[in-house]
Amino acid sequence: MRELKLMKGNEALAEAAIRAGCDAYFGYPITPQSEILEYLSYEADRRTGMVVLQAESEIASINMVYGAAGTGKKVMTSSSSPGMSLMQEGISYIACAELPCLLVNVNRGGPGLGTIQPGQSDYFQSVKGGGHGDYKLIVLAPSTVQEMADFVDEGFKLAFKYRNPVLILTDGALGQMMEKVELMPQQERTFEDLGWTTIGRKEGRNSNAITSLHLQPDQMELVNIHLQEKYAEIVKNEIKYETIDCEDADYIIVAYGLVARICQKSASLAREKGIKVGVIRPITLFPFPYDIIREYAGKVKGMFDVEMNAGQMIEDVRLAVEGRVPIGFHGRMGGMIPSPEEILEKFEEKFIGGSK
Amino acid sequence: MNEKRMLGDQHFETMIAEESICNNENLVYQKPLKALYDTPMHYCPGCGHGVVHRLLAEVIEEMDILSDVIGVAPVGCSVLAYNYLNIDMSEAAHGRASAVATGIKRVLPEKYVFSYQGDGDLAAIGTGETIHTCNRGENILMIFINNGIYGMTGGQMAPTTLPNMKTTTSPFGRDVKTMGNPLKITDLVAALPGTYYVTRQSVHKPVNVRRTKKAIQKSFEYQKEGKGTCFIEVVSNCPSNWKMEPLESNNWMEENMFPFYPLGDLKTPNGKENKND
Ligand SMILES: Cc1ncc(C[n+]2csc(CCOP(=O)(O)OP(=O)(O)O)c2C)c(N)n1
Ligand code: SF4
Ligand SMILES: [Mg+2]
Repeated sequence: MRELKLMKGNEALAEAAIRAGCDAYFGYPITPQSEILEYLSYEADRRTGMVVLQAESEIASINMVYGAAGTGKKVMTSSSSPGMSLMQEGISYIACAELPCLLVNVNRGGPGLGTIQPGQSDYFQSVKGGGHGDYKLIVLAPSTVQEMADFVDEGFKLAFKYRNPVLILTDGALGQMMEKVELMPQQERTFEDLGWTTIGRKEGRNSNAITSLHLQPDQMELVNIHLQEKYAEIVKNEIKYETIDCEDADYIIVAYGLVARICQKSASLAREKGIKVGVIRPITLFPFPYDIIREYAGKVKGMFDVEMNAGQMIEDVRLAVEGRVPIGFHGRMGGMIPSPEEILEKFEEKFIGGSK
Repeated sequence: MNEKRMLGDQHFETMIAEESICNNENLVYQKPLKALYDTPMHYCPGCGHGVVHRLLAEVIEEMDILSDVIGVAPVGCSVLAYNYLNIDMSEAAHGRASAVATGIKRVLPEKYVFSYQGDGDLAAIGTGETIHTCNRGENILMIFINNGIYGMTGGQMAPTTLPNMKTTTSPFGRDVKTMGNPLKITDLVAALPGTYYVTRQSVHKPVNVRRTKKAIQKSFEYQKEGKGTCFIEVVSNCPSNWKMEPLESNNWMEENMFPFYPLGDLKTPNGKENKND
């Protein structure tokens, strides 16, 4: 039976975590994502016995995740930009120790304490490795409240498939806005001995250790090589994107998350004027859909990248386009959301010239 | 040269003696090889870390909880504890061992969980986690090796470094006016309602080794009963960075560390604190 609800993005995500059979959430309040912790504090334990703990800081939260994820349980945390910055050391440890877990960043405008309004300025931090060392998160970028919910279960599946942390990178607007959402039925919380986990040494095996320390450089290099091979496998298998009206397009806008939806409106406004514009929406930011952008770069007259930042994903768009066509950019910063009209105007300035 | 030869001869004689007493009914001590790997530890001669590892292994074997215990190693000299203890272990980021232990314990509440940390780890960079873990009364054992120095990184000042004590970053001695006073974090956590049993011990003499072992054992028993945080400080040495012979370091510890960090219980279930002599 379909179960439709009207929910805030943050609440839908929290509800999806309970239904996905999540075992534990560790987090610290920060706007615009506190509803996740609040919702779980009220709902989770009494419904499924899921552990919900308000930690003393994001540093503590991520390290609690590290400990709990090492047992093979389904664990997660969420935060917003400044809190994510605090977690980076822990995320690097988690990536190196190859612990499956789910992270959520409800991005707000920065830098610094910034604003509680939405932003996409944590793109670099999320996809290029925000902490130290060569590592990658699998990064999912929802653009609807529905995807905020769906990506929880999907995120856990990817995390366990690759023993890799998965990040849902969303923003304050998606977290706060209400939309219709269809929820999955309650999954049972299950627990499996995955073999490598720290759950108490079973008879017949030696101890397991969760660690990211390999003092011999040749050993540490092997660990790195293994990680890189895993990331290559992820690139091969997990790229997700959406193309909207691209087939006949003369121009393509590339945008992710909420901005991609705004750009869809800009594209249809353009089509009303007779300018054929399509939209490519990367859904996985790592792995990034270079190929589809490259393919369209050979067909269109120009690409236009729109973000709620000073231009971060555009670097990946450029890598995909490789100079085949000109690339325009429009970005708003500090928590400002671009309007469809303003995007169209900037697009026309770049590509259509005086023909207003 | 002469001295070494003498030692060598003595050793030889002991070996012969050992052979004649090496039968089972004379066995008084055996390495706890179920919980401890039979491998040399990297610790410097005379360092307290190895002794505490062995005690943990002994207690774990004697209580027969090998498959039910999970440890958390710190960043510090004991970062490789998981190479010595044959039990499941997680290696935490610097200072975060008690948060990692919290995460494990919360999802596996039936297991015995302990963290093992040095003074820099537990009382400087990890102070927040320490206080809040204890304040929540996490049902874990926290072991705290206080050697008054940053061992692993080569002898820098620790939060526990004594006044006027020389380290590489307090080369003229710790000036409490500018560098702060040594932090008695064990006294702090004893004052928190979440802690159930807080004690300060050492492992430099057989009697103290026995007391520390007893404290570990009691802590696991309390954990089984769900009593809250148990906290064992072990006042220890760092011969290498104190730049002393092992014996000298133990004497120095007795003379200088113990007056500042007196051994004994700080908090016990019945409220009767045991002051060690
Ligand atoms: C975030 C971070 N900061 C600094 C270090 C460097 N570091 C490693 S161990 C250590 C201090 C260890 O001292 P202590 O906790 O007293 O343990 P000991 O070696 O004395 O047993 C420091 C500062 C690190 N690994 N990580
Ligand atoms: S440096 Fe100090 S604490 Fe570290 S192993 Fe050597 S004696 Fe022990
Ligand atoms: Mg130390």
